Amino acid sequence: MGNKVISPGEAGVAQAGQAQDGQPGFSRGMVGISNARGAGTNQAPPDIKVSIRELRFYYGKLEALKGITMDIRKNELLTIMGPSGSGKTTLLRSLNRLGDLIAGTSVSGQVLVDGKDIYGPGVDVAELRRRIGMVFALPVVLPMSIYDNVAYGPRKRGIKRRALLDEIVEQALRAAILWDEVKDRLRDHAGRLSGGQQQRLSIARVLAVQPEIIMLDEPTSGLDPISTLRIEELLHELVERYTVILVTHNPLQAARVGGDVAFFLLGELVERAPAGVIFTSPRDKRTEDYITGKFG
Amino acid sequence: MRFKEKVIEKLLLVTALSAIGVLALIIIFIFKEGSPIMVKVGIPHFILGEKWSPSKGIFGILPMIVGSIWVTVGALVVGLPLGLGCAIFLAEMAPARAGMVLKPAVELLAGIPSVVYGFIGLVVLVPFIRNVLGGPGFSVLASAIVLGIMILPTITSISFDALKAVPKAYRDGMLALGATRWQTIRMVLLPAAKPGIVAAVILGMGRAIGETMAVIMVAGNATIIPTSILAPVRTLTSNIALEMGYAAGDHRQALFATGVILFVIIAILNLLARWVAAGRVSE
Amino acid sequence: MTRKRDERARDRAMTGVFMAATVLTIGLLVYIVVYILQKGLHVVTPAFLLESPTEMGRAGGIYPAIIGTIAVTGLAILIAAPVGVATAVFLTEYTHESAVSRLIRFGTENLAGIPSIIFGLFGFLFFVIYLDLGWSIISGALTLAAMILPTIVRTSEEAIRAVPTAYREISYALGSTRWQTVTGAVLPSAVPGIVTGIILAVGRGIGETAAVIFTAGASLGIPASIFDPVRTLPVHFYILAREGISMENAYGTAAVLIVVILLINIGAYWAMNRFAAKSNV
Repeated sequence: MGNKVISPGEAGVAQAGQAQDGQPGFSRGMVGISNARGAGTNQAPPDIKVSIRELRFYYGKLEALKGITMDIRKNELLTIMGPSGSGKTTLLRSLNRLGDLIAGTSVSGQVLVDGKDIYGPGVDVAELRRRIGMVFALPVVLPMSIYDNVAYGPRKRGIKRRALLDEIVEQALRAAILWDEVKDRLRDHAGRLSGGQQQRLSIARVLAVQPEIIMLDEPTSGLDPISTLRIEELLHELVERYTVILVTHNPLQAARVGGDVAFFLLGELVERAPAGVIFTSPRDKRTEDYITGKFG
Repeated sequence: MRFKEKVIEKLLLVTALSAIGVLALIIIFIFKEGSPIMVKVGIPHFILGEKWSPSKGIFGILPMIVGSIWVTVGALVVGLPLGLGCAIFLAEMAPARAGMVLKPAVELLAGIPSVVYGFIGLVVLVPFIRNVLGGPGFSVLASAIVLGIMILPTITSISFDALKAVPKAYRDGMLALGATRWQTIRMVLLPAAKPGIVAAVILGMGRAIGETMAVIMVAGNATIIPTSILAPVRTLTSNIALEMGYAAGDHRQALFATGVILFVIIAILNLLARWVAAGRVSE
Repeated sequence: MTRKRDERARDRAMTGVFMAATVLTIGLLVYIVVYILQKGLHVVTPAFLLESPTEMGRAGGIYPAIIGTIAVTGLAILIAAPVGVATAVFLTEYTHESAVSRLIRFGTENLAGIPSIIFGLFGFLFFVIYLDLGWSIISGALTLAAMILPTIVRTSEEAIRAVPTAYREISYALGSTRWQTVTGAVLPSAVPGIVTGIILAVGRGIGETAAVIFTAGASLGIPASIFDPVRTLPVHFYILAREGISMENAYGTAAVLIVVILLINIGAYWAMNRFAAKSNV
């Protein structure tokens, strides 16, 4: 993984300021914008994994993201927090272009992953989605066995050899801390797992295609407190190897997980700061109102 | 990989267009084969001519048009009250479980081949009419009853769905006001379900007017305009099926022209059904 | 108060009327089935099923008609099922509401409204004469395929639309292409519904007469290839009954038809309910 030039804390604060001012004051921001769409790779510093520039997302005429500008560093655990309708899920879906599948949506602005605009021409969307894994709000398993769920992605990538698949499945399940619970019943229908197990299976399914970024959309919303804690612990292990983006409406979860917190409201990025900062001294009144439970 | 995806998408598109392609082929071939004779005879003479005598080269299909209208209207007179009554009972009055079992049973009626309906009409209904009401038995009445029974599943099934689609609140509100079930059905449910029921009637008409084999066996097939419901009758469809086996030249073309007229009538009915269905959506 | 009592009496009366309509409808179904079986079932012996007819069907069995029915209907399904499912996949997975999808819908909906005799005329003109396929299994099957195509498209589309969106999203989010998602995540869950639709189409095809009689022919020989003419069961039944050749054998043929079609339809409902119950777990 890339060597960290700026320490996470500093960069987080700096970028929060940048986002709030709404002007790309840093040179890397300038690079992102000056480089026209489709210009291929550009010179983003190695520690920036995702660079979002003036991203707007529309469902028909409804503007669900209103010009988001934000950077996400390699091996960062970024929490996106906000009430429903704040654009959190839309943001995730615009990062892996899952929003493309919904009729009548449109996008403007840029999303650079490793410096390359994912909305540019010649982008292999399937490959992009493989690199940016996504875990959905409600645990949903494909109607097949535990093994086949995890092997689904690798198989679609053309991996057929049994031994290799076995290894990938085991590694993914181990990384999702599910292996010990299911290793004796990999052929069972995945629907028989508990909600918490199903959600970890969803994570294993994503890990099996060797993503670079993992996005989790309210991964614990349907789960009991113990399963929730297990998932949150798992996040800390994942961030060792992946860039992790967590979406939650729950300030307590954002505080527990740590890392940077970006607060979204009505399609706008209100502010972004490390959890320790944002929960003790929020700069924006709206953030304060939200974390103190005045709305949301 | 992306190339393969593109190829698959194009293949699916081409395959998906086959239905419209077949429709176009049907229209082209039927019209191409049927229109010359209509032009030769003159469209008014063809449609309004009262005499059908292929051996003499006289092609007037008015008796068959009138015959088709008679039996179709007759089928509705038989099938609509029965089918609608059945739908109302199953949707609103019968216990839910009975409705779940009996509706498929009614739909099973649709699975019985049309020749079997015709056959039952031939061996049961025709002698009955001949013995009880007089006449040859092969008649408008026999055709109407057979067709009426054949369109029962269509009318019952679609009306049932239309009634079930009426929001439960309408029902509960009326019953809470102390209305009886029949008052609720008459004043609220039937008006609310009307577009669906009208669509059911139109589809039932389409099925009745297009039915061939069952009608042939009970209609008597005389090429004269029927003057009573006990008189024999020939429909457009029967006209085609009865004579296709041996027709040639102008005669054969006249049968295709009969198909053209049938096609146009069905197309109008389809448009009507679509128009009614669109009205239901906008309401 | 009398008004209210009147309404109650009327309510009871109308309930009675509607129940009578239902009893009559169901009664008709039972009557038709029982009548045919009662008169025809005793004719149906192994010999009746496995022997060729003699004297134009006055004696002997219905073996060639069984073969003809299986060949025509089977081939029609082999043609219509892939086309129908592909159409449904295109409509649900490859296009949003658009001019193209409206055109395709227009085609299938109007095809569904065309009477079978028109299909028969068309099949005769196009397959038998124009493509010079003659009266044959293939002509009959192609005609029948065009006729049952809308049924298969509609039921397949319903089955595919019923597959949870989440399955598609999971598959796409893992980096699968559209086709991989269709084959890997969508179709496996839609198979029960699609199969039910195909079974219903088989039932419709087996009973069809008007579309087949002018395209597959009425030959009583055993076909050697798909380019040979055949006579299907309903056509055989129609000829026996209408020409008055043998009422006895007509009843027997009708009994075979009724039993097969009832089994197919009941099987389809059973499959539908079973899979519906299963997917709720």
